[in-house]
Amino acid sequence: MSGGFDFGEITRSLSYLFATGMLFTLKITALATIGGLLLGLVLAMMRGGQSTPVRVLVTGFVNFMRSIPLILTIFAFYFLVPSLLTWVTGSGEPIRIDAFWTSVIAFVVFEAAYYCEIIRAGIRSIGRGQLLASQALGMTGRQTMLHVVLPQALRVMIPVLFTQTILLFQDVSLVYVLSITDFVGAASKIAERDSRLIEMYLFVAVVYFAISFGLSVMAGQLRHKLALEV
Amino acid sequence: MHYNWSWHVFLAPSPDGEGTYLYLLLLGLVVTLITAMAAWIVAFAMGCVIGTARTLPLRSVRYTAGCYVEIFRNIPLLVQMFIWYFVVPELVPQQFGVWLKSMPEASFVTAVVALGFYTSSSVAVQVAAGINARPRGQTMASMALGLTLSQTYRYVVLPMALRTIIPSLANDLTSTIKNTSVALTIGLLELTARAKAMQEFSFHVFEAYSAAAVGYVLINLIVVNMMRGLERKVAVPGFMGGPDHMSPQ
Repeated sequence: MSGGFDFGEITRSLSYLFATGMLFTLKITALATIGGLLLGLVLAMMRGGQSTPVRVLVTGFVNFMRSIPLILTIFAFYFLVPSLLTWVTGSGEPIRIDAFWTSVIAFVVFEAAYYCEIIRAGIRSIGRGQLLASQALGMTGRQTMLHVVLPQALRVMIPVLFTQTILLFQDVSLVYVLSITDFVGAASKIAERDSRLIEMYLFVAVVYFAISFGLSVMAGQLRHKLALEV
Repeated sequence: MHYNWSWHVFLAPSPDGEGTYLYLLLLGLVVTLITAMAAWIVAFAMGCVIGTARTLPLRSVRYTAGCYVEIFRNIPLLVQMFIWYFVVPELVPQQFGVWLKSMPEASFVTAVVALGFYTSSSVAVQVAAGINARPRGQTMASMALGLTLSQTYRYVVLPMALRTIIPSLANDLTSTIKNTSVALTIGLLELTARAKAMQEFSFHVFEAYSAAAVGYVLINLIVVNMMRGLERKVAVPGFMGGPDHMSPQ
């Protein structure tokens, strides 16, 4: 490694680092958050539902996803998704799907298990008396959920969901194992091309720290604000 | 697409001549466990120190401990691994750096250090929360009995706090085990890396990853049950989770 620090390389490759790398990271984070929240909500509803086999199945799935590492999920989905798609569509030829979408699907499924638990904890924080009261008022289960439980549970859940999303943003760095050009991938490509590992990885760490720390301060403020109003 | 399921593949010898695939996966499982345990020791020790520091009546100590926590938890584990592996050996005095890089177990040591410090920030948060959640009267009572600050922490505060945070510590312990997989990026041959190698050699994608998943699920079940047992054993009567408030499982 050549001596001395040279941060000039970073300024020269800023557009590649951010317009290509960070944009990719943010896109996966956004899609996985939206997909994960939707799937997580469905799972939480199924887990609290009437049908016992569904409950057992969903509980098993959530516990399974929460006990395996994210990297294993990413690797497995990289092969699983194309095979599943081929099988579902019944086409004779293997369907090709790029690494971006397989990682989005892997993150959606993985995060859904975590979001599901957060949503369930939020729903459980609403006292039973309120459920009984809405039943006494003649509300249906759906009405109770929509007008009584969820509006209150959201206040408890939102800060936790926000924190989980910050973790997700950090975890997206793991798509590096598929040699994708996310923020870390972009930085490591330049680092290896120019033998500037020290500067690049320190820069990556500083950027991640600034974004995650800023967001977690916001999450803290949000928690404070929502807690006061209850 | 045609896929040949075959569970016999585990008994086939791997092309690197080290043994059967099953043997290699078990080897990976052992590496995962050893790395996780070593990292957990670092995480628990540092977490207790920093968590305690966050509750001390000294503003500068609290602030420093707060900075430690924010730094280690706001940088992705992968990036922290890269920094310990690629950057730190270059920043320390040259001879020490050369020695670091030539260590035979460099990726293992790096994984333990990186994962240990990363997890310690989370342990510190739990420890500080456990200390703050105790009734204030406890500290006052022990001070009134004439205990010094360090005696109060040693005999009253920490024994109480640590026992009440066992469920959150169990969570950190299981994530430590899962997070060892990140060390495959710096060349540690743990369970996920072994499964990936098996998939690349044998093309039995699903068998390889299912076996690894089963390994993780089993470890997880064992750890969760052990921690539950520990929680019951050391529960403080009259406090959350203690015999008087036993919550139905």
